[in-house]
Order: sequence, then C-alpha cells, then structure tokens
Amino acid sequence: MSATLETPLEAPRSQNPKLLTLLLKDKVATLAALVLCFVFLTAVFGPMLVAEQAREQNLLNANAEPFTLDGGWLNFLGTDPLGRSVLARLIVASRTTLSVAVPAVLLSLVIGSLIGMWAGYHRGRRETVVMRIADIILSFPSLLMAVVVLYIFSPSSANLVLVLAITRIPIYLRTARAESAELQSRLFVDAARTFGTKPTAIIFRHVLPIILPTLLTVATLDFCFVMLSESSLSFLGIGIQPPSVSWGLMVAQGRTYLQTAWWLSFFPGLAIVITTVSATVLASWARLATDPAQRWRLTLPRHKRGRKEVK
Amino acid sequence: MTGFLRRRAVTSLLPLIAVLLGVFFLARLTGDPANLYLPVSATPEQRQNFIEANGLDDSIWVQMWDYLGGVLTLDFGDSLRTGESAAAMALRAFPATLQLAFSTMLIAVVGAVVIGSWAAYRPNSVADRISSFLSMTAASVPDFWFAIVGVWIFAVSLGWLPTSGVTGGMASWVLPVATLVIRPLGVLTQVVRGAMVSALSAPYVRLARSKGAGDLRVVTHHALRNAAAPALTVAGDLMVGLINGAVVVETIFGWPGIGKLMIDSILGRDFAVLQACVLLTAVSIFVLNILIDIGYALLDARVREKVSA
Repeated sequence: MSATLETPLEAPRSQNPKLLTLLLKDKVATLAALVLCFVFLTAVFGPMLVAEQAREQNLLNANAEPFTLDGGWLNFLGTDPLGRSVLARLIVASRTTLSVAVPAVLLSLVIGSLIGMWAGYHRGRRETVVMRIADIILSFPSLLMAVVVLYIFSPSSANLVLVLAITRIPIYLRTARAESAELQSRLFVDAARTFGTKPTAIIFRHVLPIILPTLLTVATLDFCFVMLSESSLSFLGIGIQPPSVSWGLMVAQGRTYLQTAWWLSFFPGLAIVITTVSATVLASWARLATDPAQRWRLTLPRHKRGRKEVK
Repeated sequence: MTGFLRRRAVTSLLPLIAVLLGVFFLARLTGDPANLYLPVSATPEQRQNFIEANGLDDSIWVQMWDYLGGVLTLDFGDSLRTGESAAAMALRAFPATLQLAFSTMLIAVVGAVVIGSWAAYRPNSVADRISSFLSMTAASVPDFWFAIVGVWIFAVSLGWLPTSGVTGGMASWVLPVATLVIRPLGVLTQVVRGAMVSALSAPYVRLARSKGAGDLRVVTHHALRNAAAPALTVAGDLMVGLINGAVVVETIFGWPGIGKLMIDSILGRDFAVLQACVLLTAVSIFVLNILIDIGYALLDARVREKVSA
C-alpha cells in the first residue's frame, strides 16, 4: 500500500492511456471490464426496451422451458409462472439491483474517505473518537443491523441504500485514516503546511490524489459485498419489495418452483455471480495496476506472473 | 491477565451497550412502540391497553430504566404469535445455530489449514489454484443461490439429500454446512496461505531446515504455529458472521435456529422476539470476542508478555 505513494506526480492525463493499454494486455481483466460495462449499459438502457415485455403476462405460456426459440428470443431463458419472460425481467431487475448497489458504494466511499482522511490528518482525539465509532459499527454484523433497521423503518430502496452505506463506511474510513495518518508526516505535506496551506486544501490537493487508487480498488471489491447484501435482504423479503424486482428477489420468488422450473432461480443467481466475479477480477487487477512496485507483473503473461506477494 | 481481560472486556462492551440503547431508541424513533409490538390489525382499545400496561405513557427515562431492568432479568415480553416468553424462545433456538456454526467453523479451519499451507509450500501447484478459486467463490457467490442450486441438484434432481429440516440425521447437515462453509473457507485459506508464505521464508524456518527438520515438521511445528495468530483473528470475525449470517441458510433449510426465528418474527411483526434474538446474538458476540482475545494471548508470546506486564 505504501508503494503507491510515489505515483501521483505523474500527470493523470498520461497515466490513463497507459492503464488502458495495460488492461488490454490482460485478457481476463479485459473480459471482466467488458462484462461490467455490459451490465451497466443493460441497467441503463435495457429497461427502456423491454419494460413492457417484463410486465406482459401470458398464462398460456407459463413456466416455458429455457434454451428454445419457440417463444421468441425474449423467452430464450424461459418464462415464469405468469408467463413473463425471464430474460426481460432479468434486464429490468439489473437496474433495481445496481440502483441500490452503486449509490450505496458511492455514498460509503465518499463519507468514509472524507471522515477517514480528516481523522488521519488531524490525529489525536478526533481520530480516537472516529475509530471507536467505526469499531462499533464493524463489530456488529451488517446483515443483522440491516434486518433490525429495515424492520423498524419500511424496506424502501432509499432505506436499503442508507443501511448498506452505513454498514460499509468503516471499511473506507479505516483505509483512508491509515494512509492519511502516514502521509501527514511526509515532507511534501510538511512543506505545504509551512506555506500556510489550510488543512482542507492539503487533504484534497495532496492526500486525496495519493490514496484515491487504493480507495477505488476497495470500492470495486466492496461493490460485490453490497450487491450480495442487497440480494440476501431481498431474498429474505426485507429488501426490494414486489412489484419492483431485483436479482435477489427473483431467486427468492423462483424458490417455490424449484421442482418444476429450476430456471427461475438459477439465471438471476448466475447474473449475480457473473457480475460479482467480474468485479473481483477487476479489483485484483486494479490492485496490481495502481501499485508501481507490482505493476511490472502485468506485463508478464498470466501463467508466469506467480502469486507470491511482495511483502 | 485479569487486567488485560478487564480492559478488553470494557472495549468489547461498547458495541453491546450501543446495541442495547440502539434497540430501545430505534423502537421510539418510529413514534409509537405500540405500532412495533402490536399486529397491524390491533384495535385502538388494544393499543390503549398496551400503552397503559407497558408504561409507555411514562417519561422516556423511566421507560429506559424499565427496559434495562427487563433486559437484565431476561424479560423481553411475550411473543405475539405464541404467547410464550420471548427470551425462552430465543434461548431454545440458539443451540441449533451454535451447532451449525461450530461444525462449519471446524471444517473451515481444518480445510483452510491444509489447503492454505499446501498452497504456500508449493506456489502455483494444484493447491494454490484451489486456494485462489476458493477465495474468489467466497467473495462472489451469493450463499442463498448456492443453497438453492444445491437443493435443486442434490435434493430435487438426485434425491440424495433432504430439502430441509433437521430430522434426516447426518444427511440433513450436508447442504446447510456446505453452504455456510464457502465464505469462511475461502477467506481463511487465503489468510493461512498469506501467513504461511511469510512464515516459511522467515529465518527461524531456515534455521530449522538447516538443522535437519523434515518438510512436514517444518510446516506443522515451526511455520504453522506462527501463522496461527492472524488466522485466529480472522476466524473469530468469521465466527461472528456465522452466528448471524446463518439467517439465510436457516431460512432456506428450515433450520430451527436463531436466524430463522429472527426472520419469522420480522415477517410476523413480533418485535419482542426480534429484540430478544438481537440482544442474545449481541451478547454471544461479546463473549466470543473475549474468547478470541484469550486465545490470541495464549498463542502469541509477544501479546502474552504484554498481558502479564
């Protein structure tokens, strides 16, 4: 982690194309990035195209088997007990799923990093208080907290985002605090301080650019966690509520029909797995790519890279 | 040792107090606790009776005092659905969850130690591949989906295992434990592997080797002992997750544990039982954290010295 500290002096303009070429060299990471792009594009544009079809019922064609084109390409992944296309519902659900996961990740990323950097920069009592609060949140399992809060407040999308964001704030808070506590004793921060730069300016101009890559990597990985939490809560019936539909909720709804229509639960779960695996792969690539001490590994073919970490 | 324990107990007491007060104030935040305790269909007279019987017209501090007294005497009120004492229901469900959690953890620890140290010993071997596959699965496969696919394949299609319940003897344990074990196994394997990689390149291992210790002895006697401390910390966190995270698995497999009780009481709007469950898990996490600290002190000589000093 400390190895990232020397990079930010490079102009960001020259670094981005380099990262892109580095990404294209790694086939697996490229694929993961493409899959994630595809999922995001589907979530943004897909519902406009198939919203109608996702609601349309056709009881004559209920629980149709997948992998045949008899019922048209939209029924390629089968239909549900009301004859609605599973594929169309998956596409509509992708928006709900991401519209909870993405805001939750962004919210916890922004709040956690800001408080973390502030606490790490100032040290002292502010740091202790903030870290204690983070400890309390962390020592209490997030699923349990979500269960209680969503019981008391109604399980709406906004509440779901809020609960998930609060439970994930400590992750960024700890990372940002540790790095900024280390940075604030560095020479260039000292220099900035000597010239009379205000703490806020130092945090944004000198500390943030350096720890941003680490924070973004953590966020990519955390995206999986948040998505899985949302799915679990929806699955348990305290997350997304019908008639809205998310991938986790689709798995739950299909569970009753496991004996007759396995595809109802299988495909939404598969969609979750594909998305989270892609995010995990991309996160582990990003961890290497943003670390100058390890970046050279990415220029090697994957099988020669070795997995032994430099500690 | 007692001083150390006392300090640690005070630190881990904080979350417990936070939960205690959190539950109380969350219940008040929604306005009328009668809304939480009573079913949606309760009549205004029932509400009025409930408010008077439970002292909800007293001042908030009196109410908090009563609440804390109730918690200390394990009196959370009665369940709406069964009329039974909420604490008794939670305590009865708890052993089922603990059994599930402990057997899962046992398998995860044994598996992680074997695969993790093997992977560290032979980088890029089969075990190394398995370990990275496991950690990938742990981070990305939703447990409820894994459970459902497991039920579909092994219970519905093949008919080898029961779909749910605890009456099927050993067979009924297979799917719940297999589902629960993914996450701890994946995470722990990675931790053991990482700790073993650094332990195996440490000077004391080279010394042991130069004095003629065999491969197996080096791994089990020298490296593993030193790699155990970080693994223990993570295992403790995972155990906490298991006690609570069993919610999903217990719901799917109809396991009569605390997680299922919690979800059932949520769906039945049975706040007294939910409260008893939440506080019981919070207390068990508190106890577990202290046990982890003791284990940590016993394992690591450096911590042990600090403790006795």
